[in-house]
Amino acid sequence: MVPVFAVLAVVLGIAGLYVGFFVAPTDFQQGESYRIIFIHVPAAWMSMFIYMVMAFWAGVGLTFNTRLSSMMARALAPTGALMTFLALWTGALWGKPTWGTWWVWDARLTSELILLFLYIGYMSLAAAIDDVRRADKAAAVFALVGVVNVPIIYYSVQWWNTLHQGASVSLTRAPSMAQSMLLGMLLMALAFWMYSIAVSLMRVRAIIMERERASAWAQELA
Amino acid sequence: MNGGAWQAIRAVAWRDILVAMRGRADVLTTVIFFAIVVSLFPLGVGADPGILQTIGPGVVWVAALLASMLALGRLFAGDFEDGTLEQLVLAGEPLAMLVLAKVTAHWLATGLPLVILSPLLGVQFGLTGDALWVMMWSLAIGTPVLSLLGAIGAALTLGVRGAGALTALLVLPLYVPVLIFGAGAVSAAAQNMQISAHLSLLGAMMFTAVALAPWAIASAVRIALE
Amino acid sequence: MQWGSVSEFLAMGGYGLYVWGSYLVTALVLGAEVLLIRRRGRTTAAITGPTENGASE
Repeated sequence: MVPVFAVLAVVLGIAGLYVGFFVAPTDFQQGESYRIIFIHVPAAWMSMFIYMVMAFWAGVGLTFNTRLSSMMARALAPTGALMTFLALWTGALWGKPTWGTWWVWDARLTSELILLFLYIGYMSLAAAIDDVRRADKAAAVFALVGVVNVPIIYYSVQWWNTLHQGASVSLTRAPSMAQSMLLGMLLMALAFWMYSIAVSLMRVRAIIMERERASAWAQELA
Repeated sequence: MNGGAWQAIRAVAWRDILVAMRGRADVLTTVIFFAIVVSLFPLGVGADPGILQTIGPGVVWVAALLASMLALGRLFAGDFEDGTLEQLVLAGEPLAMLVLAKVTAHWLATGLPLVILSPLLGVQFGLTGDALWVMMWSLAIGTPVLSLLGAIGAALTLGVRGAGALTALLVLPLYVPVLIFGAGAVSAAAQNMQISAHLSLLGAMMFTAVALAPWAIASAVRIALE
Repeated sequence: MQWGSVSEFLAMGGYGLYVWGSYLVTALVLGAEVLLIRRRGRTTAAITGPTENGASE
């Protein structure tokens, strides 16, 4: 399964980059700097989507006590955190030429930052508990608490932001996005998606192997 | 709910309050920590009354956040070590209700003193009249949410090495909405703006937390004891 | 096609630093992730060696 998704990711990625750099025209407002969104937007989408999928598997693992779903949740977390980091990084590099500042306390950026903290909390909690089953379950509870909280955090930050920021920075993108820009973004989003699947499958395989070996080793000692 | 459950809940809450009263030093530590953190800010940013008035609500709220987080270590750890928590799980009464009783007692011992002390600290920042009242109210509604959310983190990290720092990592991001509306209410009051929206959203958060958090805390406790 | 030359492409209309800073870091991070996972799998295999699963049962 992994090679299929890996190949898809590479092919879609190349197509997306081609469209993004050679077909999509220069943006009349932002110039060439807008080409960052071909990775920024997909990374931001994936960061949120992966959290939902992770929480889903964590919840399944918690309710039905299925080991594989817990391992799937654990395998998704690092990739999700990476996507969140990339969204923040590329967002800063896009914001500097566009708004003249690396960082604004905008609702989206702030929620993304908090999402990164939630990913890190999930991974730290799972890593701190030695017993794997307990680690899986405790981390799952935290992932689910996070899912309830993420929308609340997003809307509260947005509300706070409208009070404090005013309309100094308007985040709405150009209303009419060229077809080719949209196509490039969609291709890149698909590529990121396939990449995430491939990488998580690879990681879950490594986790399965580690746990099998660990239990086999324990059996030998007993 | 039958009478037995109520009795158990009351007994748990009462016992925890007694334990907290006996260990008065612990309660005092939280309150003094709160006062010290708040008092450090003017020393750090300067004593310009204008700046202090602007940052006052946020500073007091952030300090309350940190103080209530600092107190979380005591919420379950003692009972976890001496086996009381296991007894509660085996008691046959709904665990979510029992942990809610524990959190309530914990709030009375650590959250309520912060609420009572806050106007004094607000005065240090040049907040007056209405703003001080609103600060008390917002803390009174908000700190229970902090205790409830914090209890989830405390229960998840039971018996884990480095539990204190880990709890902070888990819990602080979840505190963000409470901070926004709590400090926002005080700021709004200081500028003579509407505060009802802030306070009602804070209230909505409290009801949601009371309804949902006990279940998460209970399952976290069960997982820790497995 | 809007690029006259390679250097024009690299300059990105003056935004080269930002655009390539984004793409380079993304490539590095994703590449590192794949490498780390591969190594993780191989390390497990190397440390414990082949096991006969359930041989003792």
